Amino acid sequence: MSSSGWPVVRETFFSAEAFRTSFPRVLEGFWLDIKMFIVIEIAVLILGLGIALIRTSRNSALFPIRMLAAIYCDVFRGVPVVILIYLFGFGIPALELSGVPKDPILMAGIALTLAYSAYVAEVYRAGIASVHDTQTDAALAVGLTNRQALRHVILPQAIRRVRPPLLNDFISLQKDVALVSILGILEAFKIAQIETARDFNYTPLIAAAMLYLLVTIPMARILDHIGARGEIPTDHAGGKV
Amino acid sequence: MTKAFGDRRVLDGIDLSIDEHQAVVLIGASGSGKSTLLRCIGLLNEIDDGDILLDGEVVTDPSVDPVAVRRRLGFVFQAFNLFPHLTVIDNVTLGTVRAQKVDRKVAEERGRALLDRFGLGGREDDKPDQLSGGEQQRVALARAFATHPRLMLLDEVTSALDPELVGDVLEVVRELKKEGMTMVIATHEMSFAREVADTVAFLHEGRILESGTPQQVLTEPKEPETRKFLRRLLAAGRV
Repeated sequence: MSSSGWPVVRETFFSAEAFRTSFPRVLEGFWLDIKMFIVIEIAVLILGLGIALIRTSRNSALFPIRMLAAIYCDVFRGVPVVILIYLFGFGIPALELSGVPKDPILMAGIALTLAYSAYVAEVYRAGIASVHDTQTDAALAVGLTNRQALRHVILPQAIRRVRPPLLNDFISLQKDVALVSILGILEAFKIAQIETARDFNYTPLIAAAMLYLLVTIPMARILDHIGARGEIPTDHAGGKV
Repeated sequence: MTKAFGDRRVLDGIDLSIDEHQAVVLIGASGSGKSTLLRCIGLLNEIDDGDILLDGEVVTDPSVDPVAVRRRLGFVFQAFNLFPHLTVIDNVTLGTVRAQKVDRKVAEERGRALLDRFGLGGREDDKPDQLSGGEQQRVALARAFATHPRLMLLDEVTSALDPELVGDVLEVVRELKKEGMTMVIATHEMSFAREVADTVAFLHEGRILESGTPQQVLTEPKEPETRKFLRRLLAAGRV
């Protein structure tokens, strides 16, 4: 590196001193990120499946609920996640309704869960649709009810097929958890921002970014591995990237 | 019965009765309605008009639960349609365990014995994609037979197979006939039809144009359309 600006860049972004002092705190904040994205991901996988099942059912009695599910998906996929977090984290508590939680972590978690469930529901739906009708035929022919066919034949295949896009959405979620910092929640990004503001050194942010990479890179490799095993279907069910 | 898909009358007045232990073979060109007829009997498609009776009971009546009826039937598809995510033994026992609530151990024992009989001993824990077409179809036959159906419906079960694999599958069907299984078989394999059928019915444009013993329909067909169809098959080397 012969550019005369490099020493300044190195000092501002890669200062060993700043790294050493800020890293423990940033790491502590990152544990919160990890806990959040694990809990949210589990909730999203379950809620997303529920919504997908509602949307793919053909029961005429469920029509109004199906409509609601469709509207829900459009709204929560169409609004930027950061706005949703703000509305849930500041807006709802501002209503001062009794019984409604105010804890920012909980509200941010709910906002992320609702947003990502909408994406994941679409992924599941595409997966279910990609399982050929003939599988339903065979399942019914063997004497299964529609529900049994779904549970034992269709869903196992559908979920297997959409593992890549589901994993993709999970990686996205891990990154978007950083957005909860706008509510003042002390997770890695927020703490890195505070540290940065104190010394005017951006190294803490690099530290936070590194911690993220420690998680997202292995996940991406796992995704590639699943892909290499030939499990990615040619009709790729899409989600948010 | 009649059945139409939109404007197309695929089944235009079918009158067919099948006695117990009998094998009825359906022959006819593609599009003549053979598959649709089998699917309607198997309650996989709804008929527009008419009734289907099984053991004297009108099974197309709205008050009858189609699931319960399907549990007394066995269907084998041209494309096998095995469950790719399950092992061979699980494919065979899924119906008996889940639909008929048979104890899993009992179902597996029966399943293994059946697979052994059909020449698939030792393959129980393989997945369908590890089997040849003929083997997969034999698993499909075992799957349909495992539920002890009253009637089995075989839809062109050898049409998707390479010629050298057809024999093993036909052997299984022969076995089933020997067991006294009541069957409706759609096929292009005329020599097999001759061997196994008690009745042969020729379908043409959604109607049964001619039916009778194999001798009557295949060797001495009365209807010109039947003759035309058989001539075409002969020319293609399939009779």
